[in-house]
Amino acid sequence: MPAHIRTGTHFMSGNIASAEGALAAGCKFYAGYPITPSTELAEWMSRRLPESGGVFIQMEDEIASMGAILGASWAGKKSMTATSGPGFSLMQENIGLGVITETPCVIVDVQRGGPSTGLPTLVGQQDVMQARWGSHGDYEIIALSPDSVQECFDITVMAFNYAEEYRVPAIVLMDECVSHMWEKVVIPSEEDIKIINRQVPDSPPPPGQDYYPYRCKNGGMVPCMPRAGEGYRIHITGLTHTEKGYPRIDAEAQEKLVRRLCDKIRLNQDKISKVEEYLMDDAEICFVAYGTTSRSARRAVKIARQKGIKAGLLRLITIWPFPENRIRTLAERIKTFVVAEINYGQIFYEVQRCAGGKAETILVPKLGGELHKPDEILKGAGI
Amino acid sequence: MKSDMHHFMRDVREKPDIAPLRDIVEKITYAEETTQELLEDHPLDKYLRRDRIPHIWCSGCGIGNVLISYVTALEEMKADIKKQVVVSGIGCTGRIPGYLNMDTFHTTHGRAIPFATGMKLANPELTVSVISGDGDLFAIGGNHFLHAARRNITMMVLCVNNFNYGMTGGQLGPTTLLDDISATSPFGNYEPPFNIPYLAAASGAVYVARWTTIHLRRLIKSITRALTKKGFSFIEVLAPCPTNYGKMNKKGTALDIARYYQQKSVIRDFCDPMLADLSRSDELVIGEFVDIEKPCFQEIQERIYKEATKNGIHV
Repeated sequence: MPAHIRTGTHFMSGNIASAEGALAAGCKFYAGYPITPSTELAEWMSRRLPESGGVFIQMEDEIASMGAILGASWAGKKSMTATSGPGFSLMQENIGLGVITETPCVIVDVQRGGPSTGLPTLVGQQDVMQARWGSHGDYEIIALSPDSVQECFDITVMAFNYAEEYRVPAIVLMDECVSHMWEKVVIPSEEDIKIINRQVPDSPPPPGQDYYPYRCKNGGMVPCMPRAGEGYRIHITGLTHTEKGYPRIDAEAQEKLVRRLCDKIRLNQDKISKVEEYLMDDAEICFVAYGTTSRSARRAVKIARQKGIKAGLLRLITIWPFPENRIRTLAERIKTFVVAEINYGQIFYEVQRCAGGKAETILVPKLGGELHKPDEILKGAGI
Repeated sequence: MKSDMHHFMRDVREKPDIAPLRDIVEKITYAEETTQELLEDHPLDKYLRRDRIPHIWCSGCGIGNVLISYVTALEEMKADIKKQVVVSGIGCTGRIPGYLNMDTFHTTHGRAIPFATGMKLANPELTVSVISGDGDLFAIGGNHFLHAARRNITMMVLCVNNFNYGMTGGQLGPTTLLDDISATSPFGNYEPPFNIPYLAAASGAVYVARWTTIHLRRLIKSITRALTKKGFSFIEVLAPCPTNYGKMNKKGTALDIARYYQQKSVIRDFCDPMLADLSRSDELVIGEFVDIEKPCFQEIQERIYKEATKNGIHV
């Protein structure tokens, strides 16, 4: 059994399961800064990376952590960091650098109550919109939200796969509850874990010829990624650039680059989006939830069914790209969407937008610090 | 390159204060075609992305000297270009990587050092250099500098200190001297500047030097030394910014500033870097201040990892 994959049945926390997921996906570099409630993830990586042939470094802040994982990715290693609200805010500028330079990496954001220092030890789901557009400029990103400790493992593997496939920073949007929850986790054997690695170019160009690091092959939208030190002589910049990687400061280059950066995610929305549907076949009321909140929402569905109400659950596994098409389709036949989230309305507005007035939309907010009780969700839905 | 030379020669012809150069210009003009041919085959050309020339720097700027010193050092060392990586932040100096024909990374403002740290640790075979400006490395990026030096990560950090933020039009920076005029200190600067070599030495750098853009031979030697050392090496290069800082403080042309460097600089190798304070009016202290050996981050980490994994880690 390779050291980096702990095949077997375990009892672990969400933070530890996410770290194990990263190792199983082939993560060999972790840079981070301690912050509640994500710290155990860094602690676990500091113990596990040496025997897995990787490197751990605790940086001076989250800005540096984010910068370091981008550098490590260009050196050819799968890399990650983990943080919580305040640290996630500090990472935003370099997340933008990761987006424009198309650098695969994974960021775990264990959400706590905000704004600012807020509720360091208590749950929140208030970083959802920040995950989407926290960095300046137009871009699309991939963000996933686990609702169990098993899924912390599975989704972290998935996040690495998406990051590598689409060459984009992928965000695991955990919340404090799932990160500190202890549950059974089954880690499959190496051959049963699906791993996607970035496409790399075959060989450096012969002397005298230039390499175009941002030229996509065969009508694709994701270029191959060379790594530093192999003779490609790449120039990688945070400026708007050409296929050659050279800065070009004009509207035409901007249009071409930014459109591709967005479209490589947008046009693959249905391929990337993952939802779980529970008792949705005949549902008239659809509870929409993600992360730990979906566990309360699932219970609310059961109680509603016992009362003879046709309720179902739509659990978002990918938050971004948002499963627009699924909501649109459901809006044709659902009477009401009830969105329960630990914030004052973030995903709610996305659901409302996609429902397009065809179904009623109700927000059941919780401002942070505790989970919804199933009764509260039902009450919010008028049940 | 050609258009730049034209600009340079036009400047020389038109400005009476650099009249002594006219003779030379006449000769260059006469041999222009020959010169152009020579440029085509210049031995350092292979280090440059020629399709990106002309560059963005103003005439008289010192950054070009630093760029050429860096590639000359590589040439003299017969360095494996494939393994060289140059990382920069934002600003005039931050544009150096864009002209270097090797693996180069132009990152966010102030964050070149963390990016370079990740890169070096992920692939220790790379020779990683950070080349950036004083504002980038010591204002917005100051904390990263301190910690990379403290950790003793193997990399060379080369700072072009032009005493101001050139790219944004000459605002004050962490190295702007007291009383000096900048776009954001129009009545004089009331912030004392950093003594950067002192800062680097105190933070743990194993190699610290300062030169000016007229001490190129020594600068090249320093770069060679820094690139071969294990641990964190730092070189500061004082550079003219005639367009902004120079003009606002009536420092004259680039040539005048070069003359000032020549008259004022005193080489004090291995002097206490505390004495290298640029605020002193009597002399401009330059030289190699620190050249010591101590285990670098990678060596210590490798030792500890090896010991820890010898009998298997139980977590």
